[in-house]
Amino acid sequence: MAARKIKFDWVAATANDLKGGEAVFRRADGSWTRAVAEAELVPGGEAGAALLARAQADHAANRVVEPVLIAVDPTTRRPLSLRERIRADGPTV
Amino acid sequence: MYRYDQFDRSFVAARVAEFRDQVQRRLSGELTEDQFKPLRLMNGVYLQLHAYMLRIAIPYGVLSGRQLRKLAHIGRVYDRSSGHFTTRQNLQFNWVRLADIPDILSELAEVEMHAIQTSGNCIRNVTADHFAGAAADETVDPRPYAELLRQWSSLHPEFTFLPRKFKLAVTGAAVDRAAIQVHDIGLEVKRNERGEIGFAVYVGGGQGRTPMIAKKLRDFLPERDLLAYCEAILRVYNLEGRRDNKYKARIKILVHEKGLEEIAASVEAEFAARPVATANLGEAEIARIAAYFAPPKFASLPARSSVLDAAQAKDSALQRFVARNVSAHKAPGYGVVTVSLKPIGGIPGDATSDQMDALADIAERWSFDELRVSHAQNIVLPHVRLDDLPQVHAALAAAGLATPNDGLVTDIIACPGLDYCALANARSIPVAQEISQRFADLDRQNAIGELKLKISGCINACGHHHVGHIGILGVDRQGEEFYQITLGGAEGADCAIGELVGPGFAADKITDAVETLVETYLKLRRDPGERFLDAYRRVGLGPFQEALYADA
Amino acid sequence: MPTLETELYRGGRFVADDAVYVADGEPLPANALALVSKKRYLAEREVLDAWQGRLGLALETADTLDGLEGTLDRFATIVLRFARYADGRPYSLAHRLRHRLGYRGELRAAGDVLQDQIVFMLRGGFDALEIAHAGTRAALRANRIVVVPTRGTAPVVQSLAAAE
Ligand code: SF4
Repeated sequence: MAARKIKFDWVAATANDLKGGEAVFRRADGSWTRAVAEAELVPGGEAGAALLARAQADHAANRVVEPVLIAVDPTTRRPLSLRERIRADGPTV
Repeated sequence: MYRYDQFDRSFVAARVAEFRDQVQRRLSGELTEDQFKPLRLMNGVYLQLHAYMLRIAIPYGVLSGRQLRKLAHIGRVYDRSSGHFTTRQNLQFNWVRLADIPDILSELAEVEMHAIQTSGNCIRNVTADHFAGAAADETVDPRPYAELLRQWSSLHPEFTFLPRKFKLAVTGAAVDRAAIQVHDIGLEVKRNERGEIGFAVYVGGGQGRTPMIAKKLRDFLPERDLLAYCEAILRVYNLEGRRDNKYKARIKILVHEKGLEEIAASVEAEFAARPVATANLGEAEIARIAAYFAPPKFASLPARSSVLDAAQAKDSALQRFVARNVSAHKAPGYGVVTVSLKPIGGIPGDATSDQMDALADIAERWSFDELRVSHAQNIVLPHVRLDDLPQVHAALAAAGLATPNDGLVTDIIACPGLDYCALANARSIPVAQEISQRFADLDRQNAIGELKLKISGCINACGHHHVGHIGILGVDRQGEEFYQITLGGAEGADCAIGELVGPGFAADKITDAVETLVETYLKLRRDPGERFLDAYRRVGLGPFQEALYADA
Repeated sequence: MPTLETELYRGGRFVADDAVYVADGEPLPANALALVSKKRYLAEREVLDAWQGRLGLALETADTLDGLEGTLDRFATIVLRFARYADGRPYSLAHRLRHRLGYRGELRAAGDVLQDQIVFMLRGGFDALEIAHAGTRAALRANRIVVVPTRGTAPVVQSLAAAE
């Protein structure tokens, strides 16, 4: 989870739900949603690190599993990488 | 088939109770993810891209109708009404909830199944020839030995925390359908001149990022020494296998680094020092287990079926199916039916719950209630009367399971890839689907003949691309999916690792590339009897490279 | 080490233990079970064999048994340390000690000894467990360890499954 943390322009925090395992994204109010479009977007760097720390607190509180930051396009609110788009949308097949 | 004894039942029940307790401790927060992860993995529970995934062992690929019906039921209740058969004779459910898994395991235990040791650095599900007990070319039925190995390796206290996972495969025929030479231990059951049973023992094969073909440790290990000898190999590996680097931790690396001679010497010394008490397999025990696998009561029938001949004359779909998907059985008048889970454009290895129910019905009615799962992600009905084939074919067709493409270019092995798998670099399934559609024409497929095409979404090689006649490996090139092609891999007695043909191809070019390879082969083959693999072995990479990169 | 933070579990219960890990070069205690490293034992074998006190051997996960052949009955206990529970070498060392080297005395697991692996240790031939992990001690005290039976042997700890 370390390498690709903070170098992106805009980031969201994602994880898997503890009970169901589905991909979830952290909202600004601290809740987690299946919809990446509702995720809190922050600039990378310090704000990103702070977001990740909040997400990790949710991991420690056993709400979600293994949070990471992902790069998101701030206009479309879509993840930049194919892997993360597949996580957000479900399988392509 | 093997039926659980009292021990197995209490063993599995205790495991379910234990895991139920562990899941509760996880959900209540008593266990952290770090603590829980190895425990869930020991019970076959992965966390994938979209959900938890549960991997269920189908020991050496053998299933009864009742078991398959239970899998169908679990798919319906806890998943999206389908399941995915893997290349290791396992079944994966891709959409299960953690909280439901203890209930799923309880349901599985009702039909003598479980998910133990389908993950983690332990001895994994023992695989075997999917035609075991049926094939005309079989010397010895490997299933009793696979079952003995299963019992021996189930939660073996000494070998549950190995340097890395450990896979065994057993075959009992000269034509190796179990790919034993790409396993950590591969066993060929055979007979010597005196008619005694023994094993050729291979060690250190594997795929993944460092593919290697296994080396032979023993040509004829006496039957009684099977477990003690495997135990000696495992002990040497457990103590000496590398633990400093996950990518160098498989036994193949130990064998490679130390050399066969040194490994053989260590294993033989360990074996020679075995305590008297350990597992010299007694004849009575072997006979007891073998009795579970006694052949069903075959009727005595003529070798040819006039019923089938007449039906084929009228029905070209049946005729194609029989020509392609029915193999020779040891009992006259019977055939081994391969049910392809590779419909044109489908997801390789997927079966819906309804299809599983249909297969269970067909097996109960026409195949002595036996089914097998093959490492090619297909299902086998091992004992079908040739007279019954027209009805079996009709029933399969009604369930969408009569694709007559066994061993053809559209019978593609593909791992789940980036659509599901957290480790993937690229998608596998859409590539398989597009190739399948491109070659949908059955006449063309049959004209091409046997061609094993295998696709992995990353170097872990779950799609066995290294041993595909054409292998496709998905890689990530600066955020784009890219596909490398290897040629000339093979998994049988003539096992070989495929060679990289050249630079990779973008996702929208890979199907064209495969078509170019196939067209090149068709042009250069000597006659239609020369398979793709044979032709490749004769001419090498050159002509294929020229055709693929002509414009470059 | 068996200080206040660890307890010894043997024969289905926690028992008093006076074992002391003695660093290489330190004098041996007179009234305790002295645990020495393999390195020290091999270096000072004659002195240690002649010593009248109770002696134990403390093996690290990566130690081999080379050089120990024929000497093992000298020890009141042999400790096998699990550096990480996922590093299973001590299980095979235990097997070799018992079956290749004929050691009949106590085998003790130490280090990363946790609730969910205890069953393997007991089945793998360990007689005693030196446990630091508080949750594991609590689970043992509360009989919350599930024992998965093994072919041909009786369960070694009372099981949750049996209780249900
Ligand atoms: S080969 Fe890679 S992508 Fe495919 S299933 Fe295995 S780990 Fe996942």
